[in-house]
Amino acid sequence: MRKKTFPRGTHPPEYKHYTEGQRLEKLEPPEKVFIPLNQHFGKPADPLVSKGEEVLLGQKIGDSDELFSATVHSSVSGKVLFVKEHPHPLGSPALTVIIANDGKDTPHPDMKGTKDPFSLKPEDIRSKVRDAGIVGMGGAAFPTAVKLSPPKGKAIDTVIINGCECEPLLTSDYRLMLEYTKDIINGAELVRKAAEAKRIIIGIEDNKRDVFELFKQKMNGFPGETALLKTKYPQGAEKNLIYALLKREVPRGGLPFDVGVVVQNVGTAKAVWDAVSSGTPLYERAVTLSGPGLKENKNLLIRIGTPFKHAVEYCGGLKEGANMLVMGGPMMGLAQWNLDTPVIKGTSGLIVWEEEAFPEEFPCISCGRCVSHCPMGLVPTRLMNYSRHGYYQEAEKWGVLDCVECGCCQYICPAKIPLVHWIRVGKNAITSMKRKKKS
Amino acid sequence: MKENTFILKSSPHFRDKDSVSKIMYAVIISLIPAVAASIYFFRLKAALIYITCVASCLITEAVFLKVRKKDMHSLWDGSAIITGLLLAMTLPPSLSLDLVIIGSVMAIALGKQVFGGLGYNVFNPALVGRAFLQIAFPVAMTTWIPPSTLQVNTATFATPLGNLKFLASITEGSLTPLKDLFWGNVGGCLGETSAIALLAGALFLLFRKVIDWRIPVGIISALAVFTGIFWITSPDKYTHPLFHVLAGGLLIGAFFMATDMVTSPITPLGAWIYALGIGSLIGLIRLFGGFPEGVMFSILFMNTFVPLINRYTRPRILGERRRRA
Repeated sequence: MRKKTFPRGTHPPEYKHYTEGQRLEKLEPPEKVFIPLNQHFGKPADPLVSKGEEVLLGQKIGDSDELFSATVHSSVSGKVLFVKEHPHPLGSPALTVIIANDGKDTPHPDMKGTKDPFSLKPEDIRSKVRDAGIVGMGGAAFPTAVKLSPPKGKAIDTVIINGCECEPLLTSDYRLMLEYTKDIINGAELVRKAAEAKRIIIGIEDNKRDVFELFKQKMNGFPGETALLKTKYPQGAEKNLIYALLKREVPRGGLPFDVGVVVQNVGTAKAVWDAVSSGTPLYERAVTLSGPGLKENKNLLIRIGTPFKHAVEYCGGLKEGANMLVMGGPMMGLAQWNLDTPVIKGTSGLIVWEEEAFPEEFPCISCGRCVSHCPMGLVPTRLMNYSRHGYYQEAEKWGVLDCVECGCCQYICPAKIPLVHWIRVGKNAITSMKRKKKS
Repeated sequence: MKENTFILKSSPHFRDKDSVSKIMYAVIISLIPAVAASIYFFRLKAALIYITCVASCLITEAVFLKVRKKDMHSLWDGSAIITGLLLAMTLPPSLSLDLVIIGSVMAIALGKQVFGGLGYNVFNPALVGRAFLQIAFPVAMTTWIPPSTLQVNTATFATPLGNLKFLASITEGSLTPLKDLFWGNVGGCLGETSAIALLAGALFLLFRKVIDWRIPVGIISALAVFTGIFWITSPDKYTHPLFHVLAGGLLIGAFFMATDMVTSPITPLGAWIYALGIGSLIGLIRLFGGFPEGVMFSILFMNTFVPLINRYTRPRILGERRRRA
């Protein structure tokens, strides 16, 4: 069977063996959970509860009138201690609902399932998805309900379920695919119905052949197929995945539905199934805890709002000298500074290791490796130089806004230049200039 | 649990193990067969030229680093050693050592440091050194001695290409045999004589993905096509392409000089343009120019265009419409 893929990209060491054999374990919720109201792309939700209020498991505690937003639910039952700013994994502190767990997990009466989920109308599925606060669980946390409602005139024909998990170390999606195969496939079918698409393609990299075979057997007669992809980073990046599977190119600055596609992560598909079939909102997710800095490596189902510390302690704690804590994978993950920071909907992994001295930076020797590895077809070294010296207009002309920050260029750079850092500087400068021009 | 302090830095957090120094030392390793071959053919004099070249390149580099208040340990990044080795390989074995020193100083000073050091130079430093010597000391730079393994009349000894240009006529069959070109049993610059030794090193570099395969492939095919056209149309006047590929500095130029990362294009299309330009220019100079050999000037000439080539060969961005607006 021919393996599908996209041009360029790279293949960093995988280190998946740390955790790929670890079953997903349910992590007992902590005494206190810290649930940020801003866990998604778009406007933060407004709190629906206040200090001292009793809340139940799965109760909606945040919502917004905006389209680009997502609801937030309580992941325990108990009492709201505070609604205040708290460290947030994306950087600056954000408004967070802090709940004291009463340990009873009393479910909210609104959590009711649907008897025959597949007979629901598309708009009903979409509204259930919105009510359950589901966002893209691959890391970008784009509100799923928005993705399922393409603007007028843009019909979707294909739903791609992203089972690539191309980031090194992470195996949470792999475990989900092994242990919740049925739920993911059912969720995929619901996504297809909601998006009114014709077919499903489930894309799986060939380092997960066992789940590929599993999915092929269990497609349940739903319209679609399972496709085997070459193990290559960033195979799971939306635009590259669409190209690999369908040879369609999302136009520059466009979105997948411009080419009739919607891409959903396997975790998101499972969340959609849970939300529709049993009425469970998104208050728990699979997280890989891995890396040489942890005493034990595990795959855990963690309640949203659980501080990193609680999960890390469950893994036996940190090893001496561990000084890097990253949320997500090592290629695109965000470095964290505080163990009180909570797990959010976009937390696919927590990776800990000991970083040795920073590599010495050389001048660019024009080796061209960043060019031959960039999955977007950019010239990273040039973008870096323009951004570094403030030539933002030139940087934009050379496509700096097309950069997806996958990190291939910086990974491969023999001169150890922080290319992605400078590209981000350029992107931020350009977008803020554009915003100013608008206002 | 003991409180740890964490480092904050931006992604990606993984780095490939390859580095600038490792690349440089890979190039040095790849040159070993050709260096060894030239020491075998030209004995002690070859060794002396190599030592003088590398030493004076390192000293010049050190002086510049000191004056420019740069970190001294970048002296050992390997780039100055490469410049020394490559320069030595392009010098005639008869060259006196004081000229060797002048060439080395010029290679580092004019070829590299005046532009701002590693990564900023426009021209291949070793070829700048050689071009300086060629222009300043034309006689010394074109006086050839035969390798110690060859018994010939030393007074009228010429390189295979010089022989082709000035002395031999093709019909007489007095051309240097291909077998000798292949093994290196011919006159010429130190490192360019043995095709097999150069190819061994080149294979290593290609395997190690240090050099862009497009550049040697482009140069060799352009030269072969260029000289091939003339050979087919009038074989009594022009020699066949294989001779041109194996003779002179073509192989060392195509695999080791033109592929210098700093002075070659970074885009795949750019590499093709650059390589085809070099190959055609070499053919043009060899067949119709005043010099028997054209590798050095062709590479230096195309080096000039690299910034321009990079500017106009931007790859197509994913999702960009095929035809540029």
